[in-house]
Amino acid sequence: MPQTNAPAVSLERVTVAFGAGATRYVAVEAADLSVTPGEFVAIVGPTGCGKSTLLNIVAGLLKPAAGRARVQGADVAGVMAPCGYLFQQDALMPWKTARDNVAVALEPKGVVRAEALTRAQDWLAKVGLAAFGDRYPHQLSGGQRKRVALAQMLIRDPQILLMDEPFGPLDAQTRALMGDLLLDLWSADRKAVLFVTHDLEEAIALADRVVVMSAGPAARIVAQHTIDLPRPREINEIRLDPKFHAIQRAIWNDLREEVLKTYQAQAGGAA
Amino acid sequence: MSRFTLLAWQVGVAAALLAIWHVGSSVSIFGFYFMPKFFFSTPADVLGRVWKMFATGVVWRHLWITLTETALAFVIGSVAGAGIGFWFARKPKLAAIFDPFLKAANSLPRVVLAPIFMLWFGLGIWSKVALGVTLVFFIVFFNVYQGLRETSPVVLANARMLGMNDRQLMRHVYWPSTLTWVFSSLHASVGFALVGAVVGEYLGAAAGLGYLIHEAEGVFDVTGVFAGMIVLALFVIAIDWAVTSIENRLLVWRPQPHQQS
Repeated sequence: MPQTNAPAVSLERVTVAFGAGATRYVAVEAADLSVTPGEFVAIVGPTGCGKSTLLNIVAGLLKPAAGRARVQGADVAGVMAPCGYLFQQDALMPWKTARDNVAVALEPKGVVRAEALTRAQDWLAKVGLAAFGDRYPHQLSGGQRKRVALAQMLIRDPQILLMDEPFGPLDAQTRALMGDLLLDLWSADRKAVLFVTHDLEEAIALADRVVVMSAGPAARIVAQHTIDLPRPREINEIRLDPKFHAIQRAIWNDLREEVLKTYQAQAGGAA
Repeated sequence: MSRFTLLAWQVGVAAALLAIWHVGSSVSIFGFYFMPKFFFSTPADVLGRVWKMFATGVVWRHLWITLTETALAFVIGSVAGAGIGFWFARKPKLAAIFDPFLKAANSLPRVVLAPIFMLWFGLGIWSKVALGVTLVFFIVFFNVYQGLRETSPVVLANARMLGMNDRQLMRHVYWPSTLTWVFSSLHASVGFALVGAVVGEYLGAAAGLGYLIHEAEGVFDVTGVFAGMIVLALFVIAIDWAVTSIENRLLVWRPQPHQQS
């Protein structure tokens, strides 16, 4: 049984490695992280540092080589019911309409189809796509597909939201709008969020806490910053706040070194 | 080019070809026919024969037989191809074991199997169906096998994160994606089912379009051969039209690149 006072997500000395012997590659080394219920945590770090890997550990899509991963106090074993996942790539079923894509998420919960469709329509309205239920994914724009995916994740009412650079492929303007939509939906019933991004501004604008990871291989968590900006926030507004800039400078000081390391490793590898 | 001018050009090309055929076969140039009637017949005779075939109703029985063989070959070949393709895609070890055998079987020209099938299944429709099945099976099999192995891992991971069990994954992810690949090979597999039926009939049968053509050829009835070919072409166009309309209905969700231009 999930313990109500347990952290939503807790990682203790989690190490992730691929392969074995000489080709063994350690992606993440001894990561400690805890997310309390209702907390919005963003993970930033240079490209390829294993941010997504850490997320997949929590999701149960990957197994750690060492350490312990827990969700609501229970050890992660396979895909766990309380977790919802928003992928960076398009993950909708292309052969289903937007409404069916959202409704199908209720099927594993045993909701009858007629009710699932009604609730799916409500969720499409919440993400601003009430009139688009009959469209197929290829008939929607990238931003609209993300909205459908968001509705598909949230309709199941997961207690922990895992997001892997979900707005990465979108243009800057759409990203800000999607960020606002996410904050809006999240503030209604605060779930724990673990949000991976390479965009520091996005991380600060959205999160309560920003976790900085070092350059890979064997990436570690090098710093954590609490973001005490007032809520509700609006992304394009909060970016202009002087406090925002102070926080950004502080985190960038940690991050810059790691980004440079990655850059040099790649430049060295290419030479 | 507008729809109308396009149609006008197409009719023009048909008329020109018929005119060349007509002049070549019926107008003597310096006492010489460059498309002798004996080898080429004449367009008027051929069209008259086609008309007679439909008017007297003899052709319907043959069309029906060929259609039955085509449909049976298509259904049996598709079901077997999709089933085994699906199975192999989910069991890579099995696929690795059978890989050389499937490649060998597929590289065999299927016409050489016709005599064997004739011995096994007789001169009736089943030897033709068997020939069609060997053609359809491989097209559908390779399509489904390849297609399923390329099922987007993200779509699959997402469905798993939604909490789907194996049965639900089958219904919402694997099955629709298998159907997609069966349908994407629809034109080719229907075409090959028909090839199997007609070639089988041509090599030995008592009815069917292939039999009609073969029979006419046997008595040097060139008019009959051309008439049979024209009926066959009309038949193929009708089937292709039916397949296209089925495809458009079933694959509405698929992006259509040619619509954008």
